[in-house]
Amino acid sequence: MSTVDTVDATPTSYLYYRHTAAVRIMHWINVIALTVLFMSGLNIFSAHPALYWGHSSYSARPAVLEIGAMEDADNVTGMTRILGHDFDTTGLFGASRDASGEIVAATFPSWLTIPGNRWLSLARQWHFLFAWIFLVNGLCYVLYAIWSRHLSRDLAPTGADWRSIGRSIIDHLRFHHAHGEASKRYNVLQKLTYLTVIFVLLPLVILMGFAMSPGLDSVIPGWVDVVGGRQSARTIHFVVAWLLVLFVFIHVFEVIITGLWNNLRSMITGRYRVEGEAKR
Amino acid sequence: MNPISSRRRFLLGALSGAGALVLSGCDKLASTAWFQKTLGAGESLTHFAQRWAIPRKAMAQEFSDADLSPQFRSNGTAVPRNAQYQALAMGGFAAYRLEVNGLVERPASLSLADLRALPSRTQITRHDCVEGWSAIGKWKGAKLAALLDIVQPKAAARYVVFHCADPMENDGTSPYYESIDFEDAYHPQTILAYELNDKSLPVPNGAPVRLRVERQLGYKHAKYLMRIELVESFANIAGGKGGYWEDQGYQWYAGI
Repeated sequence: MSTVDTVDATPTSYLYYRHTAAVRIMHWINVIALTVLFMSGLNIFSAHPALYWGHSSYSARPAVLEIGAMEDADNVTGMTRILGHDFDTTGLFGASRDASGEIVAATFPSWLTIPGNRWLSLARQWHFLFAWIFLVNGLCYVLYAIWSRHLSRDLAPTGADWRSIGRSIIDHLRFHHAHGEASKRYNVLQKLTYLTVIFVLLPLVILMGFAMSPGLDSVIPGWVDVVGGRQSARTIHFVVAWLLVLFVFIHVFEVIITGLWNNLRSMITGRYRVEGEAKR
Repeated sequence: MNPISSRRRFLLGALSGAGALVLSGCDKLASTAWFQKTLGAGESLTHFAQRWAIPRKAMAQEFSDADLSPQFRSNGTAVPRNAQYQALAMGGFAAYRLEVNGLVERPASLSLADLRALPSRTQITRHDCVEGWSAIGKWKGAKLAALLDIVQPKAAARYVVFHCADPMENDGTSPYYESIDFEDAYHPQTILAYELNDKSLPVPNGAPVRLRVERQLGYKHAKYLMRIELVESFANIAGGKGGYWEDQGYQWYAGI
């Protein structure tokens, strides 16, 4: 992580070895696993496109979220009902264009799900296989991050980081990003976001997946009540999955505005170009 | 064209292209033999890991009367399209007999009264459907372990197969069936339920008797039980995967 490579000809910029091979490999395995988990998860959700709070789906309380379609003679409208409020989500949720371009009733567009058509048993097979890959990869990453001191050196915020948090927020809102030597380190918002994803969102989505398993629920009977019950766990699993999608969008956005090819190269070959101070 | 809009166009194109690529790639992959084998390996891993992590006698959560679902949802068959079954139902199941045979020392044929005379268990449990929904009901039934003690499984027996009255095809073929192993068969919460919410089991929920195997998903809980067969292997029954939905690609071990 700290080796400096000065193969470059210009003295004002050089390639810096930013990501170790282990981090790069685990990053891309994670990209594949999370993509498959999300897309197959949406297919599984389509088998019963409603979310509830509590132990069961059939209580006196209405659903927290429902996705459906309203059909009349010549129109199909996709509807999403969140906490009793209806939203027209035609095109994305409830109804979307099929391969022939016609609007049809479907919880999610086929390009967003694995497999492309509604197929619960196969979607479950995909989901659970990649859940294993994701879980093992994630455990390896955490152990590696601790052992290699990637966690303490690169991800843990320093005292200076905490003091710069206000400025970092303003910098992000203005799309100002670090140049030169400062670009070799993660900024404080970046560190906090990565730590939240790695140690809060991802463990939570795994745990809520476990909570949906009637087998694992029996290990300590009633442990799912910590979040209100199995249907609450299913709701949290779904919401966290979309929070992860939100993270990916912001992450990719930041990757693009801070230099798409430089960032991509650093996650493929490990090498990141640091601009010379003179160029600032 | 300014660089932002060309970048945006590039990004959108890349995203939808990537999506289509991922999807067609995945669907193609899923149709290859080696990948189906890989998916099956994942399933075996889950089965093994859960059997390892979950104690044999770990109990499914039980609830109180306050948690009962106002109406217990009927899923799948609501009325079996089977003349013989319908005749039994018309007669209040007075002529009903549950056959127990296969690899047992003492095959048996039990009336509802015989079943009610067996040691019973009452439990308020959550029914988790593979589709994602849950409902809570109060079940009373004969302990399967007590029945197995009477019929005495032979040493070679490994699975308990449940043959049902409801045909899954419109032409009256493909009767529903399910199977469980001895770990679940002897579990204290595994019962042959004849009551739901303090009343005789209604037809939409599997009258007169259905299986409750509480640590697995709903499709394992076979309704309309007619015959229980003990076998060494279910490879020669119907599609050979151990259950109607298993033959359609669903997991035999449904603890997840």
